[in-house]
Amino acid sequence: MSTTTIAPAPTEDSVGAGRPRSRQRIHRAPSLWYASPALIMFAAFALIPLVVVFGLSFTNWDGLSAITFAGFDNWVAALSDPQTWEALWLTIQVMVLSWIIQTPIAILLGVFTAGRQRYRAIFAVLYFVPLLISAAAIAISWKALLDPNFGLGQSTGIPWLSQNWLGDPNTALYVVIVVIAWQFIPFHALLYQGGVQQIPASMYEAATLDGAGRMQQFFNITLPQLRNTIITSTTLLLVGSLTYFDIVFVLTGGGPGTATRILPLDMYITGFQEYNMGVASVLAVILVVFGLSLSLGLTKFSGFSKMSSDLEGA
Amino acid sequence: MVTEAVVVGRPSRRGPARSKRERPNVLGALGGFAWLLFAVVPLYYVVITSLKTQQNFFTGNALLPPTNPTLDNYLLVLQNDFLTYFLNSVIVTVVTVVVSVACALMAAYAIVRGAGTNRKLLWTFSLFLVGLAIPLQAVIIPIYLLITRAGLYDTLIALILPSVAFSLPLSIVILVNFLRDIPGELFEAMRVDGAGDWRTLTTLVFPLAKPALTTVAIYNGLNVWNGFIFPLVLTQSPEKRVLPLALWTFQGEFTANIPAVLAAVVLSTLPILALYIFGRRQLLAGLTAGFGK
Repeated sequence: MSTTTIAPAPTEDSVGAGRPRSRQRIHRAPSLWYASPALIMFAAFALIPLVVVFGLSFTNWDGLSAITFAGFDNWVAALSDPQTWEALWLTIQVMVLSWIIQTPIAILLGVFTAGRQRYRAIFAVLYFVPLLISAAAIAISWKALLDPNFGLGQSTGIPWLSQNWLGDPNTALYVVIVVIAWQFIPFHALLYQGGVQQIPASMYEAATLDGAGRMQQFFNITLPQLRNTIITSTTLLLVGSLTYFDIVFVLTGGGPGTATRILPLDMYITGFQEYNMGVASVLAVILVVFGLSLSLGLTKFSGFSKMSSDLEGA
Repeated sequence: MVTEAVVVGRPSRRGPARSKRERPNVLGALGGFAWLLFAVVPLYYVVITSLKTQQNFFTGNALLPPTNPTLDNYLLVLQNDFLTYFLNSVIVTVVTVVVSVACALMAAYAIVRGAGTNRKLLWTFSLFLVGLAIPLQAVIIPIYLLITRAGLYDTLIALILPSVAFSLPLSIVILVNFLRDIPGELFEAMRVDGAGDWRTLTTLVFPLAKPALTTVAIYNGLNVWNGFIFPLVLTQSPEKRVLPLALWTFQGEFTANIPAVLAAVVLSTLPILALYIFGRRQLLAGLTAGFGK
């Protein structure tokens, strides 16, 4: 990449020499100024807050009055609170179960919608509609649908369906995971659809000539060829699962009790409902460390970071 | 109409030989149909319920169409300041998208042309790459602190500023990947013509980058339109409420009037649905924002 940018330099000099304006010299490349609006915005509302949240974790603040120094009090309080560990455990459960549910279904749907049959194209149009709807709208809709008195259970007459899904601490978490799957599987299916469409048709033709069946083709061609898509999708899913907030917030508010109080929700409730910004900042720092190490680990492990070489490689 | 376009537009990557030889994929069709049911039932339920009277909702079967459909719920929602919330959402989304795309394009241009010689620009790019992994929720407390101290709490600007910041990393990464493919000779030609950086950006880079800019704009636009946590934490009054937050408050205000709440859900989704009907291909491409490459 760097060679292309450096190579033109000599030509530029010879052209520039013949020109009256001395500013030509700077025109070798646009200056840092062009990046500064983006840099300033990003620094002000993402990078500096990242530092500030670490600082705030050592203070007491109720969100309104003055901020006072608190030393390690909040860290001790947060780490000795079983609620923190429960929230962390719930977050990991949501993360792992979401991956287990969403990945296989999304791969199958991706393969399905990449097929050239007419009915599949029509199905695909409907499959992707959930992608357009806000998490708040999705949560409100599912809440109404799962209402034990006026929802699915009542209309189908199946007693199993009319239990109080979201009100029962034993089922609420799994319902949340299913609704999240409903929301996000279309996105991952879309990624896989793109991946499948890039597999050369000749590979399937050769396999068909060799007498390979549909199953064999799926496991020996499609899945291995989707390797990069699986890595991308997994990275986005695992890191993204740390940020499921709005859907759980509207669906259950973390309840019943604390049954669905995942880490981001625990942080919000501690900070903005119990007005304990110091402890909430500790939880935020845990979230950041978790998220950063997860995505750094995944990119290291998978080699996803060398994005730029994608084009030449293909 | 819609389905026609789909079938015509779909590329057939696999040879025709394949489908001719094989028996129809019954298992696949069944699975596909099962998911269709799961995906569509909630949508269907929302639409039919929004057309029901409250009486019909409480007594009738939840999955059957309304006995006498009514638009009263939609009227009720529209009378409850829905248009204000809608307008707020439009303002926040449009301003955020325009500002973030402009900033990202300028930065991407500088990075692609300058990172080879200017080390600071290379660092800038690395910074945005790392920025991709910052979870938005994690910095909401300092952002709240910053916005309240700046006297911006409960304004639309309070929503726009952090939304722009969090749109930037992915926008820049996508645009940098795209601008890299513009041949260096084109930049040379511009320079020979005596064009400065700004003219090169506006007359060469901008037109060439339009497909990538569309992708970025759609991705950011949808995220902001559907965003919930910034409005929840940074605004308070009904005059500054945006749609997702309005849905949540409708749910509190209308409590038992589920048909009205669901009418609000339908109304808030309509603009995006219209986009989907008229520009499905571009919208879906924007949704995966280059991840699908």
